Amino acid sequence: MTGSAAEVFEDTRAEQPVPEKEKMVLIAASGDLDKAWPVFILATTGAAYGMEVTVFFTFWGLGILKRPDAGITGDDWRQKMLSVFNRGTTEHLHLSKLNFAGMGPKMMKDLADKHKVASVQELLEVAQDMGVKLWPCQMTMDLMGLSREDLIDGLDEPAGAGSAISLMKQAEISLFI
Amino acid sequence: MTDHIVDARGLQCPMPVIKLSQAIMAAQSGETVELISTDRGSCSDVPSWANDMGQTLKEQFEKDGEFHFVLVKS
Repeated sequence: MTGSAAEVFEDTRAEQPVPEKEKMVLIAASGDLDKAWPVFILATTGAAYGMEVTVFFTFWGLGILKRPDAGITGDDWRQKMLSVFNRGTTEHLHLSKLNFAGMGPKMMKDLADKHKVASVQELLEVAQDMGVKLWPCQMTMDLMGLSREDLIDGLDEPAGAGSAISLMKQAEISLFI
Repeated sequence: MTDHIVDARGLQCPMPVIKLSQAIMAAQSGETVELISTDRGSCSDVPSWANDMGQTLKEQFEKDGEFHFVLVKS
């Protein structure tokens, strides 16, 4: 009888569904340094809470994912101009205020360095290590003339608003930053 | 004696919690993990994280301006 009791116990265990992870969705719509920072702080912390975190990069936010060596991108002259004036990458983000033609972000980064605040680039790498999903917005890629090769490695497949809404409908936390 | 020490001294939010979570994930059930942090925010963040994640915060104390948290992996 003890043998069958053990079998019953095993069967019950096998039927239990694997608990699904709680979900967090962040919409990164800004290319400002002061917005990119909280995006990655919250993304990494959500992952530390065992959540399945997805960050959807759209409009100016997509620039954060540009490769440093992407150079001038796009086919259209307006897209090319855009890539010159909106260099993006984690290194060329502007401050939404007190930018002072780039002096502001430099001073802010120096302060962050002094106070051992992890940089956006460091946090992006931590996020990737922790399995945070990074989704580039397909429409923004088309609009700005950015191909998959112009973006950093380790991203998820480009997606659209529908995918973002489907995910947000199931998510415990959804934020537009 | 703790099984694992996470030295997050000098690091700012969110890194102490990130490093703690990684250490807890890598630890075996029942093992102790001690986090040492100089970020004052850890004093509220670590208990919140432990409570939410179902991990036991066995001990929390301040020594020489550093914050110590001893957790037991569930």
